[in-house]
Amino acid sequence: MRYLPLTQEDRAQMRAAIGVADVDELYADMPAELLLDGPLDLPRGKSEMEVERLLGAMAQRNLAASRAPFFVGAGAYKHHIPASVDHLIQRSEFLTSYTPYQPEISQGTLQYLFEFQTQVAMLTGMEIANASMYDGATACAEAALMAHRVAKRRKAVLSGGLHPHYAEVLRTISHFSGDEVVSLAPDVLAREDLAATVDESVSCVIVQMPDVFGNLRDLTPLAEACRRHGALLIAVFTEAVSLGLVTPPGEMGADIVVGEGQSLGNPLSFGGPYLGLFATRQAYLRQMPGRLCGETVDADGRRGYVATLSAREQHIRRDKATSNICTNSNLCALAFSIHLSLLGEAGLRRLARVNHANAVNLADRLARIAGVEILNESFFNEFTLRLPRDAARLVEQMAEAGVLAGVPVSRLLPGAGLDDLLLVASTEVDTTEDREAFVAALRGAL
Amino acid sequence: MSGERYTKDHDFLRVEDDVAIIGITDFAQSQLGDIVFVELPEPGQRVAKGGQLATIESVKAASEVYAPISGEVIEVNSALEAAPAKVNEDPLGEGWLVKLRVADAAELEELMDEDAYRAFLESEG
Repeated sequence: MRYLPLTQEDRAQMRAAIGVADVDELYADMPAELLLDGPLDLPRGKSEMEVERLLGAMAQRNLAASRAPFFVGAGAYKHHIPASVDHLIQRSEFLTSYTPYQPEISQGTLQYLFEFQTQVAMLTGMEIANASMYDGATACAEAALMAHRVAKRRKAVLSGGLHPHYAEVLRTISHFSGDEVVSLAPDVLAREDLAATVDESVSCVIVQMPDVFGNLRDLTPLAEACRRHGALLIAVFTEAVSLGLVTPPGEMGADIVVGEGQSLGNPLSFGGPYLGLFATRQAYLRQMPGRLCGETVDADGRRGYVATLSAREQHIRRDKATSNICTNSNLCALAFSIHLSLLGEAGLRRLARVNHANAVNLADRLARIAGVEILNESFFNEFTLRLPRDAARLVEQMAEAGVLAGVPVSRLLPGAGLDDLLLVASTEVDTTEDREAFVAALRGAL
Repeated sequence: MSGERYTKDHDFLRVEDDVAIIGITDFAQSQLGDIVFVELPEPGQRVAKGGQLATIESVKAASEVYAPISGEVIEVNSALEAAPAKVNEDPLGEGWLVKLRVADAAELEELMDEDAYRAFLESEG
């Protein structure tokens, strides 16, 4: 059937079939004040050139991340992406890849997803990983649902160092599943006693490392407490590059490790599309959500790759599925995988070191400003500043001076009484000049 | 009563005293294809007739096994954890799933004996 818009004749036939004289009759039940009495007040169509000029002018009004010293993180990080990453993912075989349900025509897609899963498992220190999820926050929510299935309990405990947006997504999903969510108070200094919250009713404890305030945490004692009570430890990260330097959560005893993979190969891009990373233990394989690729041999004994364990997924198991996710962020995962392959293990470690060194350098400079305090005892590439005045106002003033200084905690936790705190992230893209500009702008604003 | 009983869902029961050994029939395993995973209930769990008893996952689908009678799970075939293919190889023997303590012997009367099940299979074509 060709797609053609409806003709007047078509409309008349449809009206006759349902017995109305006029389309407006279909809206008879709507209150009159909700109905439009004329067309929307929108400008008329424009030519391509006019549209380009208009949108270009609008874009100019932004202070873009690439046009200013940039220290904004809190879950999305500006890193350098090698040009080859973007070039390779634009190949049409990748860019328009077919969902790999038929392995005989999807070997390329299946193989890179298999490699991606291997990379994620190695990075997180876990045994298995899926082919990626929508983003870090949804991966975190899915991890909680999985923990409920494994532990056969329904209560999740959230650390006060978990990114508030992640907590919010989890609460949204739990609202409809009827699961219980216990959120601890914001934990700026990483001093909460999570282990004390674990008992026989808790299915999982969700803790972020580095946490949203930048603190590093030793998860080992908490993992031990979880094991004792039959609860799962879910470790979250929002900065994948940190895994090049910090101890992988898997090595500290985490049962599920989830996080955001945007930092490798994926631009900030106004907050998406991103990719969620999801890794766990072999023992929980069948409870893991998402798509999974495996390596096998064909009838002639040659190596090949397949989408495996699909029997637990929604398209086959309907309402009994492990999760309603049976897809992945394919292209973002490919970008991640290419970037990480280009870096290699030593390269990732070096990149992580440069991130850490730049952040330490910036923190040292800022700590010398009167009235400014660094709250972290330890951090990777992001830390929390206490400022003598309202952080949100200061950030606005610094933006006017051409420096994008960070994320005021009040934006993530409005009304929590943390209005003097600012999250500051520094990555490999920041130069000495950028850091000097930050210091100058902050001094100027104070 | 003793002997084997069958259901229209292609489950079999072998009843000894007040215990029923439950599994799936040869026809059922052949329909499922290669079985790769079997999820079994916890011993001590009580199930009502028609309640979910187990899940059998094959390479192409996952299917539920519903309890053909009411009762209490007294044992599960833990050998299937490492060797789920036993259900394919020997469904009525080593591939059994669950032992149930029969709650209501009258429920057994409603099930088919071997001849009736054979006739049922043929009528199903």
